[in-house]
Formats: sequence, C-alpha cells, structure tokens
Amino acid sequence: MDTNLIPFLLINLAKVIVVVVIFLMSVAYTVLLERKLVGRIQNRWGPSRVGPFGMLQPLVDGAKLFLKEDLIPEAVYRPLYILAPIIALGCSLMSISVVPFGSDVKWHGVQLFQISDNNIGLLIILGITSIGVYGIALSGWSSNNKYSLLGALRASAQIISYELALGLSLVGVVLRSQSLNLRHIVDVQATHGLLSWNFFGGFQFIAFFIYLMAAYAETNRSPFDLPEAESELTAGYHTEYSSMKFAMFFMAEYGNMITVGCVATLLFFGGWTSPFGSLLPTPHSQILAALLSIFWFVIKVFGFLFLYVWVRGTLPRFRYDQLMGFGWKFLVPVAVANIVVTSFVIGLWLPAQ
Amino acid sequence: MVPIAYYLVLSAILFSIGVAAFLIKRNIITIFMSIELMLNAVNLAFIAFSRQWSQTTGQLQVNGQIFVFFVMVVAAAEAAVGLAIVIAVFRARSTLNVDSIDLMKL
Amino acid sequence: MHLALFIIFAGLCVAGALNLLLQRHPINSALSLIVVMSSLAVLYLLLGAEFLAAAQVIVYSGAIMVLFTFVIMLLNAGKEVRTHGSKLAYIAGFPGAAALLGLLTYIFLSQKSSFGSARLGEYLATTSDLSRVLFRDLLLPFEVTSILILIAILGAVALARKEH
Repeated sequence: MDTNLIPFLLINLAKVIVVVVIFLMSVAYTVLLERKLVGRIQNRWGPSRVGPFGMLQPLVDGAKLFLKEDLIPEAVYRPLYILAPIIALGCSLMSISVVPFGSDVKWHGVQLFQISDNNIGLLIILGITSIGVYGIALSGWSSNNKYSLLGALRASAQIISYELALGLSLVGVVLRSQSLNLRHIVDVQATHGLLSWNFFGGFQFIAFFIYLMAAYAETNRSPFDLPEAESELTAGYHTEYSSMKFAMFFMAEYGNMITVGCVATLLFFGGWTSPFGSLLPTPHSQILAALLSIFWFVIKVFGFLFLYVWVRGTLPRFRYDQLMGFGWKFLVPVAVANIVVTSFVIGLWLPAQ
Repeated sequence: MVPIAYYLVLSAILFSIGVAAFLIKRNIITIFMSIELMLNAVNLAFIAFSRQWSQTTGQLQVNGQIFVFFVMVVAAAEAAVGLAIVIAVFRARSTLNVDSIDLMKL
Repeated sequence: MHLALFIIFAGLCVAGALNLLLQRHPINSALSLIVVMSSLAVLYLLLGAEFLAAAQVIVYSGAIMVLFTFVIMLLNAGKEVRTHGSKLAYIAGFPGAAALLGLLTYIFLSQKSSFGSARLGEYLATTSDLSRVLFRDLLLPFEVTSILILIAILGAVALARKEH
C-alpha cells in the first residue's frame, strides 16, 4: 500500500478535479437546458440571445450571481447562516464520488472511471442524502424569519418522508445484484443488453417509478416543489440568501438532479452498458470501448434530465398534505410490496446461487 | 497499525464526557444528547472488541457488530419516544430547564 | 498513515464531545454531536465495519440528530440558564467523570499489548457476513426489534399529539 501511495494520490486528485469541474459545468448547463426546454414546452424560445442558441447564458448568469451584492441581514445566526449552503453544496458534490461513469479501466492499480470503488457505494449515496437535510433545515432556522423556518421545516419533513420510499425501492435492485457495490450492480445488467437491465429483465419497473417519484420529492423538484414555490412562503428556506450563497443552493439542487439521474441509470438502466448488448461487435481498442461506455452513460443521464424538466413543465404542484399522504400512505407500502414480491421470486423460482 | 487499546481509551474519553455533560447540563434536550454520546462511545468499544476477538481467533467474528446494530435500533426508538415526552412536558410546563420540572403538580 | 487518520478523527470526536459540553445553546451542542457521530463512522471504517459506518451516518447523523435538531428548532430552546441545581452537579460531576476516565484509561493502557493492533484493510466485515448472522442465528431478536420500533412509533405519535 505504501509503495503505491504517490501514484494513488495523484491519480485520485486528478480524477476529483476533472469530475468536479465537469460536474459544475453540467450543473450550469442543466440550468440552461431547463430554461430552454420549459420555454419550448410553453411555446416560447427560452434564452437565445447570449451566444449561439443561448449557449453562453450560464456563464453570464454565473457572473451576474457572483457580482450581486452579498447581503447578510443583521438578525441572522451567522455561523449556521454561512454553514448551511456549504453543507447543501458539499453533499451534492460528494454523491458523485461513488458513481462509476464507464467500464472497468485501471491505471497503476487505480480505477479511472470512478473516484471511489467500495463495497457500500449505494449506502454512501443514501447517507449523503440524509445529511443533505441539514443544509435546508439549518438555513431556514438561522434566517430568523418565520416564513423561512416554516418553509425549511416543510421541506425537511418532505425530504425525510421520501427518503424511506427511496431506500426501500432500491432494495429490489440489491436483491437481484446481491451486492451494494455500484459496479457489481451494473455488471449484473451487462449480460444481454437491453433485456437484462433492471427495468426490463429484472422486472424492477415498479421500483423504478417509486424511485423516480421519491427522487423528485427528495430534490424538491416539480411537482413536489412546494417549499420553493414563489407564490407560497415567499421563497421558502432561501428567502434571506443573496448572491453567492443563493447560487450555492441553486447549484446544490441541480447537482442533486444530476446525481439522481446517475443513480437511476446505474441501478435500473444498465449504467454504461449499451442497449444492443452483444449484437454490435465490441471495438478492439480498449480506449474506444471505454469512451463508448462513457457515451452511453452520458446519453442515459441526459435522458433523465430531460425527463425531469419535462415533468416540471407539465404537471401541477402537489399540495402539502397531498404530498405527505402520497409519500407515506402510497409509496412506502408499494415499495415494501415490491420487496416482498421480488424476494419471493428470487427465493422460490430462480435457481439457487 | 493502531493499537486497539487506543480505540478503547477514546471510547472511555467519550463516555466520561457524556457522563459529565449529563450531570452538568440543565437543558433537557442536551441531557438527551449526552445519553446518545454515551451510547456511541459504547458502540465504538463493541466494534473495537469485535475486531480484537477476530484477531485472536483468526477468523471474522461479527457478533460485536451485530450488537451495535441492535444498540442503534434501540437508541433510535428511545430518542423518538424521549423527544415526544420532552414535547409533551414542554407543552405542560413551557420550560426546558430540568431544575424547573421538579414537582409533580404545577 | 493509519495512525494519522486515527488521530485526526479521534481528535475531531473529542473536540466535538467537549464542544457539546461547553456550549450554551443546544443547537450548537446538536451540531457538535453530529460531528462526533460522523467522525465515529470513519473510525468504524478504520476498524473494518463498513456497513456499520454507513448505518451510523444514515441512522444516527441523518435521522436521530435530525429529530433532535427539529425539536430544538420547534421548541425554540434558548441559551441555557444557570440554576440552583448546577453547583452540586459541578462538585460531583467533573470529579466523578474524571475518576471514571482515569480508571478506564489506566486499565486499557496497562493491558495495551494483550489487545493487539488493528491493521487497515484486514478483517473487513462485509454486509453479507453481517446478514448471515443476523438473519439465521439472530432472527428472533431482529423481528423483536422491528416490533420495538413499531411500538416506539405508536408511543411517539400518541405522546406528541395535541390534546383536543
């Protein structure tokens, strides 16, 4: 272990820098994607003036948010006021550390397409989601504003209620893959192309829809975005935030969206495996095969972001009591039923392993 | 290479800080949190001993870790019920200071 | 390097625990306890208990402490007030805890060599090892704890509901 320490540290540092830079650029361009798509759904153009097709809009937006006046109201509880957006953005960035982007390529003994390959990757993502609640709860409380506190408590209650459905829906996938390691979960889905993905061949479509709905509620996105609806509690938990701290909450939300898309492709849609499976010949050069796997992964995550924005532009908002009733009284029992049925099928019908 | 005794000493330090906080603090929620600190210190001792037993017998012994699992479950249940009691007491007495909640009748 | 990691996270644990003791406002104590629990999760990883490290973060830091934080926020607990009972607690509390700590530390450090040393990466307890014991040998305690949680949920809802 000590002899390989220097290449280990340097390669991991390079991976972290590359992934974080690409992730933050994706967050910025996801905002643009959302504005243009919602614009098209509403029969208008969306941002189209800055650069060709509005492609430079995120840079201009970033500059604007950076240069706005950073106002800290007098009566806020300063340490937590400054800590809360840091927690939110930090948790959003940390979840990308266990997500594998491409096939298993090692250099000097270090995985190239995953920052950290460990046996409990799925639990780490659930744990980081649990810690992310603090960013919202503390921001609302430290703002010393009744509307912020109410918005924050509502948002936190929503998140912790749907965390349960989220976790339970992933158990069916774990039962089929017999492992919590994200790479093993994808490798189980690599056998027959499209048909062996967990959504189709693994029969986890109910779990997928539960996961999708729970994830939309976790990331506070439409149709579950009551905590941040402008017509409701002013702006909810980020009312008192301006400029860079507000930008951090914003980036955290879109970062969580991207992470949800990544986890959904890994667990239900075969990650980086191609849908054609063994019908297409695999390229001989290893570099081309690795790049092809990254290409498939990115296409699928992009599909999920498109779905996110599509749902946002189409569906109306849930009321708070409808939201909580839906999470507890519908999603959790259906998720438990999915676990029971999956375990019966695996235990009684499939051959013993 | 860390001697397991260091983990046990850390567990003892955390436990005694928990005991001190339990005796000194006057806010009932902080007293609850010091109970959780004591439980966590005990969890660390369990896992350290489970590792020591594995090293003594040469094969993996997980009974210490199973016990930690049960301690976590019981601590969660206890925290939920205890905080519900705190809320009920707060509704009746409007104070969270344990020195003011010392009579059965107001 | 194992020793360096241990010292950093053990230092964080002790600092968080002392902060819990010394802070006046309960929200600061709650946040320092979250730091303690997350550092303990890293220490569990160093001892090879990877599932328990994840469970510590998910259950303790992410659920139990969220519950504490909500209650502190909702009840609007303010800074602590020093009342009459605390003087006696100072006289009995600090020396008692110090005596306990001294005794335990003396016992553990004098027997240091008989406990052995933990090396990083050995005796890794995977989730399947834990579940093999939990669902075969200890199935009854597992089911009983699920009933315990059910009773706790019912009790918490019944106790905290508003009287009409």
